[in-house]
Amino acid sequence: MATLKVPITRNDHIRGPINAPITLVEYGDYECPHCALAYPIVNQVQSFFRERMRFVFRHFPLTEIHPHAEIAAESAEFAGAAGRFWDMHDALFENQSSLSITTIFLIAAELGLPETALRHALETGQYRDKVRSDFAGGVRSGVNGTPTFFINGVRHDGPYDYASLVAGIQMRAAADTRT
Amino acid sequence: MASILAAGTVAPNFTLRVTPDQNLTLSDLRGRPVILAFYPADWSPVCGDQMTLYNEVLAEFRKHDAELLGISVDGAWCHAAFARHRHLHFPLLSDFEPKGEVARKYRAYRGSEGVAERALFVLDRHGTIAWSYCSPIAVNPGADGILDALEKLPDQASSHGHLESTDHAK
Repeated sequence: MATLKVPITRNDHIRGPINAPITLVEYGDYECPHCALAYPIVNQVQSFFRERMRFVFRHFPLTEIHPHAEIAAESAEFAGAAGRFWDMHDALFENQSSLSITTIFLIAAELGLPETALRHALETGQYRDKVRSDFAGGVRSGVNGTPTFFINGVRHDGPYDYASLVAGIQMRAAADTRT
Repeated sequence: MASILAAGTVAPNFTLRVTPDQNLTLSDLRGRPVILAFYPADWSPVCGDQMTLYNEVLAEFRKHDAELLGISVDGAWCHAAFARHRHLHFPLLSDFEPKGEVARKYRAYRGSEGVAERALFVLDRHGTIAWSYCSPIAVNPGADGILDALEKLPDQASSHGHLESTDHAK
């Protein structure tokens, strides 16, 4: 049974109540089509569980097959430093079909993020270590592709359509309250 | 599931085609840890397939001075096209003729389907199997088991003259 080796900390991007009894972690890649398919499903799952669940997104860019994945991840971190991580996250997945440097800068402009600062952050690799650290932690936790989900710290090995994710979460949550 | 060669066994030597006109012999890599990743076939229809993942984790493997070899029954030209398409930076070996001979030596061949198991072997610097694992054929085993095994290998890098101070540098 593969388990999450890196605990959730303040450095993580968390959507939902910090003390929620259910934690869903996704290791994902903004250029991965399977992650884009999972994106609206995760939103639905979050709507279903409401305040009982927090969602954590960590970067797992497959840079050799997805040329924009690393830049997209670093841009999301840049937005995160300005408190706009989830806005950037949503926009990257919603515009994946046209993902490019231009698209990323357009999104940043719409969010009111300064272009020169973004350019500087990408050129100097300001957020590269954060993205690498997410990736390395994912590898050690048994992430074997994208998206990989962990429910309360345990890797979800089933499919990630809406019904399967909800069922997986309910089963794990029930098991966790029994012990 | 087949019972593949276990830890403590001397890894059977082999020579396999690595490109359409080059061979690679396992014993030539003696002195470095070697990861053998047998897998069923090139061209799995998903983004996060096993070889793509290992390609991204290569830097971590190389911190341990380890060499990664992917092995399947696909032909050398097929491997070449696959490696180019996925930008793979490690060798893929063709266990093609006689088909599956090396996989059989490691007891990692599925005769019914005519492909290699999804079997992993970590060899120490002397060519002895330090860790092995056979994954269900449909499950990508990830890289965590390999990294754990590499970390447990006795570190003899200094005796080979490459003390790598780069390990902690970015």
